[in-house]
Amino acid sequence: MMKDNRIEERTVDMDMTETKISARNVQVYYGETHAIRDVDVDILDKTVTAFIGPSGCGKSTFLRCLNRMNDTIPICRVEGTILLDGEDIYDKRVDPVQLRARVGMVFQKPNPFPKSIYDNVAYGPRIHGLARSKAELDDIVEKSLRRAALWSEAKDRLDQPGTGLSGGQQQRLCIARAVATEPEVLLMDEPCSALDPIATAQVEELIDELRRDYSVVIVTHSMQQAARVSQKTAFFHLGSLVEFGETGEIFTNPQDPRTESYITGRIG
Amino acid sequence: MTVGLILLIVLAIALSGYVLGRRRSLRMVGGDIRKLHSLPGFYGQSVLIFAAVPALLVMLGWMLLQPPLVDRHVARLITEADIAEGSSRDLVMSDVRRIADGLDQMMAAENLSEDALQALDAGDSDIRAKLGNVGIALGSDVRSAVFEAAKVYRDSAATGRTLMTLAVIGLALTGAVFGYLRIAPEYRARNVAETSVKALLILSSFVAVLTTVGIVLSLLFESLHFFRLYPAREFFFNLTWNPQFRGGSDLGIFPLLWGTLYVSFVALVFAVPVGLMAAIYLAEYASKPVRAVAKPLIEILAGIPTIVYGLFALITIGPLLRDYFAQPLGLGASSSSVMTAGLVMGIMLIPFVSSLSDDVINAVPQAVRDGSYGLGATQSETIRQVILPAALPGIVGAILLAASRAIGETMIVVMGAGAAAKLSLNPFEAMTTITVKIVSQLTGDTEFASPETLVAFALGLSLFVVTLGLNVIALYVVRKYREQYE
Ligand SMILES: Nc1ncnc2c1ncn2[C@@H]1O[C@H](COP(=O)(O)OP(=O)(O)OP(=O)(O)O)[C@@H](O)[C@H]1O
Ligand SMILES: [Mg+2]
Repeated sequence: MMKDNRIEERTVDMDMTETKISARNVQVYYGETHAIRDVDVDILDKTVTAFIGPSGCGKSTFLRCLNRMNDTIPICRVEGTILLDGEDIYDKRVDPVQLRARVGMVFQKPNPFPKSIYDNVAYGPRIHGLARSKAELDDIVEKSLRRAALWSEAKDRLDQPGTGLSGGQQQRLCIARAVATEPEVLLMDEPCSALDPIATAQVEELIDELRRDYSVVIVTHSMQQAARVSQKTAFFHLGSLVEFGETGEIFTNPQDPRTESYITGRIG
Repeated sequence: MTVGLILLIVLAIALSGYVLGRRRSLRMVGGDIRKLHSLPGFYGQSVLIFAAVPALLVMLGWMLLQPPLVDRHVARLITEADIAEGSSRDLVMSDVRRIADGLDQMMAAENLSEDALQALDAGDSDIRAKLGNVGIALGSDVRSAVFEAAKVYRDSAATGRTLMTLAVIGLALTGAVFGYLRIAPEYRARNVAETSVKALLILSSFVAVLTTVGIVLSLLFESLHFFRLYPAREFFFNLTWNPQFRGGSDLGIFPLLWGTLYVSFVALVFAVPVGLMAAIYLAEYASKPVRAVAKPLIEILAGIPTIVYGLFALITIGPLLRDYFAQPLGLGASSSSVMTAGLVMGIMLIPFVSSLSDDVINAVPQAVRDGSYGLGATQSETIRQVILPAALPGIVGAILLAASRAIGETMIVVMGAGAAAKLSLNPFEAMTTITVKIVSQLTGDTEFASPETLVAFALGLSLFVVTLGLNVIALYVVRKYREQYE
């Protein structure tokens, strides 16, 4: 049913891309709770990977493993190996701060800083010294806001607080903020959950555009969205990775009965 | 009947009203409480309220109104001729009241009957001696008219008390019966209870507000009184403070205000950075066990009585600063100094700043921190660029509260900075503050009539205005902070 031309087309160029992140045998515990079990995933460069699955199955948890955001949760423990460009990101010598600059993240709940819209977007470029002059910074801010489809709404109120925006605008602000840092991998946790169809289409366009240079991982509850934007899809269920493969394959010809019942709406 | 006894009786009536009302409501529906509008307890409560509240209110009003009314009535019995040379009607009336109070004791001591008392005349028996025997010492012999007035006073007071007893108990009973008869299954007793709870809460807040208003008004009136005796311009602009109890004093607030602000400034310069950094460490870096130990330890500082800090200033910090800083630098030889008081006060203020700031920093949502970490910021970048700006208004609030504390502090200043009013920039010199001078102007037995004592109220009012201003700013800032995350 979802097997349209775009999916066919995309699968072709995929063989040329290489593995960006490779996770093996990942386990995550919150105290006693075993939230992620035995997950093996390869995230390809210049590819959009979608994580789908019922609420509470561990999509956000696994996503947070990929840039070590779980370090900020004291009770959280991660086991297994996750390689970024062949380097173990959980190695003692790796600086999580450096890692997060390379692997950016858009959170499930919009979390703008209590600063102006401009300062929100300029935050990452400033701390990483990406702009040499004010004009360059202005450029980065404008470009990022345009990419996140927020420019037309925000351009006249750049000095107003980001917390004063609507929920959907805040989410796009967070996307702009993440894009401004130019990460190699962008993790997006339900980036469109508060957006209207137009803004959603714009964000999807952005994701498609980002794919040219970066690798994108997106968590979504919308099957249509996963089918539209991603080339690879991973289906999680109760903390395990049930099925992982070409998006077209997963949606047209799922191997596991659980995947099939989920995408046809029978569990979730 | 004494007031306590009346209270007990009213209470007993109200409680029986509760029990009976509860039982009546249950009986009316044959024990099936689902048919009642409210739970049976609420019906009992409504009877209790009808019995107790009006009766107690009447009693309160009566006790407030009766004395002035009786006074007025009795005062009319005393003619100008009865007032001795150099005395006044007020003084005579206070004698009347004291005699009236003593009459009962006198009757008991002398074995007098009621009739005998009425027959007694101040003209031909020594009332003054008789009253003296039961402990009522009077300044002069009792005149006839005054004694008669005292008897009338006693009678009126007794009659009033009897009438009050009857009225209050009668009202309690009426209220109880009224409430009892009102009970019906559809009667909304629960709402009555709700209203009465609200009334109680309003009353309580009224007490707090009225007290504040009362304090401010009394300060204001006494200060006006002061400014009638001493020119306000001198008070605010004279640069010397030199009270003379013989008169002709210089009462300029400026040196005191300067001392107050200087000491507070030193205290804050010390307390704010230390407290703030302690708060940041506790909120952002410390592990759970460290925090569990360190936070209460810091807060213990807030529990130390200021007099103990004063001792610390007097015997440790003062001599230390003098011997190692002031004397070698040639800045002074006094162990009491602005620096001593300021430092010790700063130590006292650390927990105020740190504890409040810690709460404010913790109130910054974790999601905002995550957002910053997610962009590859380090912990200190996150604190400096996201958390502190977000928490800034709350932190400013904490600092302003600490400042009000510093401005109002007395004990540490007396023991650390001395009591000499001086205008100087040298922090190693002894100075003093407004609060210290308020205390020293009021100790010693002078009456509140001279500008030297009344100035205390003007000083108090000025201090109040300064701290009130700071508190208003603090509240405003804190409120603004709350809006950010709501
Ligand atoms: N900070 C935490 N502490 C303890 N348990 C947690 C924490 N975060 C998540 N969990 C648990 O881990 C499991 C997976 O949660 P996760 O947030 O990854 O789900 P999810 O797939 O993202 O769900 P949703 O689609 O609703 O966002 C859940 O059972 C959740 O209760
Ligand atoms: Mg999630």
